Amino acid sequence: MSHPSPAIQLEVRDLEVHYDGIRALHGVSFSVPKGEIVTLIGANGAGKTSILRAISGLTPYTGAIAFEGQDLRRVPAHQIVGRGIAHVPEGRGIFGNLTVQENLQLATWQRSDKGEIAADYDRVFALFPRLQERRDQASGTLSGGEQQMLAVGRALMSRGRLLLLDEPSMGLAPRLVREIFRIIEDINKTGVTVLLVEQNANMALHIAARAYVLETGAITLAGTGRELLGDPRVKEAYLGA
Amino acid sequence: MSAVLKDAWNGLLDQAWLVPALLLIGFGLAFAIPEYNLLNKYIQLVLMYIGINIILTVSLNLVNGYMGEFSLAHAGFMAVGAYTAALLTMKVLPVAAYPVLFPLAVLAGGIVAAIMGLIVAVPSFKIRGDYLAIITLAFLMIVKSAIENIDYIGGPRGIPGIKRLTTLPWVFFWTVATVWMIRNFVYSKYGRGVLAIREDEIASDLMSVNTKRVKFLAFMLSSFCAGIAGALFAHLLQFISPRVFDIIKTTDVLIMVYLGGIASIGGSILGATAYTALMEVLRPSTMAALFNWLPDLIFDPLNQYIIQNLGVWRMVIMPLLLVLVMLYWPRGMMGQREFRGFIPRRDRDAYRRINAPVNAPGEKP
Repeated sequence: MSHPSPAIQLEVRDLEVHYDGIRALHGVSFSVPKGEIVTLIGANGAGKTSILRAISGLTPYTGAIAFEGQDLRRVPAHQIVGRGIAHVPEGRGIFGNLTVQENLQLATWQRSDKGEIAADYDRVFALFPRLQERRDQASGTLSGGEQQMLAVGRALMSRGRLLLLDEPSMGLAPRLVREIFRIIEDINKTGVTVLLVEQNANMALHIAARAYVLETGAITLAGTGRELLGDPRVKEAYLGA
Repeated sequence: MSAVLKDAWNGLLDQAWLVPALLLIGFGLAFAIPEYNLLNKYIQLVLMYIGINIILTVSLNLVNGYMGEFSLAHAGFMAVGAYTAALLTMKVLPVAAYPVLFPLAVLAGGIVAAIMGLIVAVPSFKIRGDYLAIITLAFLMIVKSAIENIDYIGGPRGIPGIKRLTTLPWVFFWTVATVWMIRNFVYSKYGRGVLAIREDEIASDLMSVNTKRVKFLAFMLSSFCAGIAGALFAHLLQFISPRVFDIIKTTDVLIMVYLGGIASIGGSILGATAYTALMEVLRPSTMAALFNWLPDLIFDPLNQYIIQNLGVWRMVIMPLLLVLVMLYWPRGMMGQREFRGFIPRRDRDAYRRINAPVNAPGEKP
């Protein structure tokens, strides 16, 4: 499981985010090594989503975020995707009145490489055959699990090397949660780094190489997924044991 | 039998020559009607109003329907276009060159309105929904009071004596040109961005859609077309004043948009045509002529108490119609649907498949 110090892909230093004077994050620092699954767990309002929003340029922040060695501060949100970061937002952000096909197509908005795009469709449909069956269906009529698959598939269409996932298990039945997590592992095996934000700590810690616990805007624990699974404080607060 | 007819109809619709042929016939008629007086002057006037209203409706539908914002500023952009073009033809352009330079004046009206469109686009980056509606309403009021306070352009009295340069062929040309522009925009990559913004703006950003640029372009194109319509309107009515471009005018266009159905070019054309025709029918003179055949015993009180007061009743009927359409017919004539002819060839198969479940059972999708 532990690589001999792999290259750092995402570096977050002293991240602070304020909403109308309220401090949501105070000085969060962590790094995501290339090719790994890293998870941030924590309760509602701990600041997990704020971290992802800051990385994607959706919210102003202080501190530094570097992706593959490049500072992301001045990069507008719509260009961050082009840098290689794909973000599946909280609540999935599906375009409900558009078809599955149109949803996927939108992720290629800034790309003009037709051949590559066709290959990406094939890749996504191979991963999610259900999406191919429903490609001309309005995506708002898909089931919750299918919508989550569409959200992930759409993120893959943008060819991100780092996938940010905000609570992919939200509102899904346990069987579907396991399915989604299996898919996340499959995607990771193709070389995509994953930063996973979850309330379902048990599932997240089982697949993560590294994990951070976030409490009221600061990181309070860090370790490998396995270490945190065995940690009594994590057990009591997040695993309900 | 009906299947054969349907196939023939679909085959006809797929012909590449169909649209150019229809346009050619349309142009021919637009020239022939005024030249040979094929229709009486009043009907010709109504046709021109219909054309202008189609331009207004299709362009407002871009912002309010396709993009899902709620702009009330359309009459303001129309005013900017109307005043710009009227000032150009009255004070700047040489009289002798009118017929040649009129299209330039109309174009200038559109361009100045498009620049004003930027002013409304900027606040839309931060806010949407009710708050943007209020800002666009404020913009409309600012335009109106600005015009009222500039004496050079007539102030509250307006500009009388504008030359009647708007003709049926010109209305036809500008209607086709603006509908063509908006149709191409809607089916371009930017149009897909517009739809994505309507659905979820944050997700659009995350999908690499440059939402600011899309909004700039959509607002500018929409107000450009409103400016064109205003310029044509000024040179048809021959008199403009700030009162012509108040909130009632915007309400008119809103009704046409929602009556025709949001996010549909075909719907906007139908909605604008139906509403304009309805409003003309509701004029006292038209109604009086329509019910003239009734015996005097019935006609006289009808005429005295209802028909002659229709000018006031129109103001009641119009908002009532908007409320009823929104409540009971939110999709309008063809909300979110489209005439096949407006859909680019590459998208038609997908459109057919998407709408297949709507077909009657047993029918081939």
